[in-house]
Amino acid sequence: MSRVASRKDRVPRGSVKGPGMMLSKGLKRKREEEEEEGKEALAVDTWWLDPGHPAVAQAPPAVASSSLFDLSVLKLHHSLRQSEPDLRHLVLVVNTLRRIQASMAPTAALPPVPSPPTAPGIADNLLASSDAALSASMASLLEDLSHIEGLSQAPQPLVDEGPPGRPTGGAPPSLGALDLLGPATGCLLDDGLEGLFEDIDTSMYDSELWAPASEGHKSSPEDGPGKEEAPELDEAELDYLMDVLVGTQALERPSGPGR
Amino acid sequence: MAGAGGGGCPAGGNDLQWCFSQVKGAVDEDVAEADVISTVEFSHSGDLLATGDKGGRVVIFQREQENKSRPHSRGEYNVYSTFQSHEPEFDYLKSLEIEEKINKIRWLPQQGAARFLLSTNDKTIKLWKISERDKRAEGYNLKDEDGRLRDPLRITALRVPILKPMDLMVEASPRRVFANAHTYHINSISVNSDHETYLSADDLRINLWHLEITDRSFNIVDIKPANMEELTEVITAAEFHPHQCNVLVYSSSKGTIRLCDMRSSALCDRHSKFFEEPEDPSSRSFFSEIISSVSDVKFSHSGRYMMTRDYLSVKVWDLNMESRPVETHQVHEYLRSKLCSLYENDCIFDKFECCWNGSDSAIMTGSYNNFFRMFDRTTWRDVTLEASRENSKPRASLKPRRVCAGGKRKKDEVSVDSLDFSKKILHTAWHPVENIIAVAATNNLYIFQDKAN
Repeated sequence: MSRVASRKDRVPRGSVKGPGMMLSKGLKRKREEEEEEGKEALAVDTWWLDPGHPAVAQAPPAVASSSLFDLSVLKLHHSLRQSEPDLRHLVLVVNTLRRIQASMAPTAALPPVPSPPTAPGIADNLLASSDAALSASMASLLEDLSHIEGLSQAPQPLVDEGPPGRPTGGAPPSLGALDLLGPATGCLLDDGLEGLFEDIDTSMYDSELWAPASEGHKSSPEDGPGKEEAPELDEAELDYLMDVLVGTQALERPSGPGR
Repeated sequence: MAGAGGGGCPAGGNDLQWCFSQVKGAVDEDVAEADVISTVEFSHSGDLLATGDKGGRVVIFQREQENKSRPHSRGEYNVYSTFQSHEPEFDYLKSLEIEEKINKIRWLPQQGAARFLLSTNDKTIKLWKISERDKRAEGYNLKDEDGRLRDPLRITALRVPILKPMDLMVEASPRRVFANAHTYHINSISVNSDHETYLSADDLRINLWHLEITDRSFNIVDIKPANMEELTEVITAAEFHPHQCNVLVYSSSKGTIRLCDMRSSALCDRHSKFFEEPEDPSSRSFFSEIISSVSDVKFSHSGRYMMTRDYLSVKVWDLNMESRPVETHQVHEYLRSKLCSLYENDCIFDKFECCWNGSDSAIMTGSYNNFFRMFDRTTWRDVTLEASRENSKPRASLKPRRVCAGGKRKKDEVSVDSLDFSKKILHTAWHPVENIIAVAATNNLYIFQDKAN
């Protein structure tokens, strides 16, 4: 992750057109961007225009398409992943996202759909549920960011970045992602010190190495063999004891479960 | 469109014939990131020209005295001093790197032989003293010429040290470091007309400093919401009024400008004036807010006007009229139909600066393809020029450039689709008195002058 904003997605020299992003009126557009593979091709045959906006002959006006929405979500995600996000860029992208979203669902008030918040493949759901999807996206990004930075506000079991996180019940509306910037960039002690240490895996130091499945997903190397050994240990030990009692085994055998 | 011949217009932008004077910087196609120029500023008298780059270095050029044997060429700018102003830092508490890139340089008005400037990166402002030494003392009693201490027992006579001329040495030393006052990224600094205080602005706050005091600053503007979720606007630029030491302006990402009077209250969260142009409904788009975001604000030298730069235009405001600007100059309107692409490649977020000429009769700002634009406010004429190595013969006149927005491209016109968006001119400066301009094109600094002399 570079400090300076990555320019890898720059339009190549001398060309204004990005890959597949030059909008033309009334044509079917196909998804060409690699990052968004898995999305369905969208047929754009209506133009959502702001009220009062005349049909312009020369230039494509604002298009309330999912691709613009997804692009903005992507930008937001990218911006939040910077070690120190550019606040101006972030705010402008978020505000633009809001505008797009507002135009995509002008008659909102649909029940919130708990759909997976990551962008690809949910174009229709996003169109249907306005704020819920955005807040879900924000919540997911917030969680991802917390996971990366190790500063989580709400200590919850965080899943990896692969599967989309479930939107938490208390997901703050819209700009929840920005909330992270407050304490992260402000005084360290604003938040208390607890948040700092949540990323440290203390399972090594737990006394209960053979704890049952509730800590399974954080199992350290000792846990595994330990659990497997437990039933076998009893049997082997019993055999050994039997042999000793019977007197057929010498006592030079190494003690304990070690092999 | 060729400029009209010479004429008697002293400081207009277009009745002049702009000529190439000098170019500084490497010729390589491969530009090191650290060499990218990030700020350009003339001193108040114009004899010094400072540049800052992404590598945290400051290079100061000085104008040579006019040469009597070459009366037709004005003094050239040559390197005067180079120093490392800021180093990359690491914030261990937050595990963040702090960039050493110089965001702004501002000169202090000259008060003695030494020169002072403020330079800032994202977090820390430094006051640098640049002084000359052209004499050295010889004949010390207690030490040799090479500095070794002499044996006091061998000193039999006293002598008075004498000053002897030496090769000019220019020293830059940091005199003050103003740190730890900004949580967010500093975008502006501005020296007050009282010559004692200055302001520094980041995304959400503006602080007032005294030049002598480094461990304390006063917060005068704070737009951070109680809940960061409610954040919708950031501060993009700020400047003190050139004459009224209690007045400052700051611009926002929503295209508004607020003028504050420090006399009215200690915390200037409530503005005295609010400048905003109503949105034109016919050109509204999803990118309206982004392109309205003000990237630079500059008072005119007279103090009566201020100029703002947004993505597509430059606007001149009369401080007495808040409802709309008195002038709007289109910089590259042909980009309006390309906003979506420019949003995709992030160019739409580029922050262009703007500047006035000495008499406030002309304004200048940069564009893409190494083009820059000048607007004459009296004749209402504008011109597009290019900073390129191809036009770098000494005193070669700059040919006006034209961008073809659509339709048939004429000869010598450049079509919009062939513009190079990686060649952007973000930083320009105009000599405070004469018609000399400095244009930063990535890692090169071009100096142009007008032919009339």
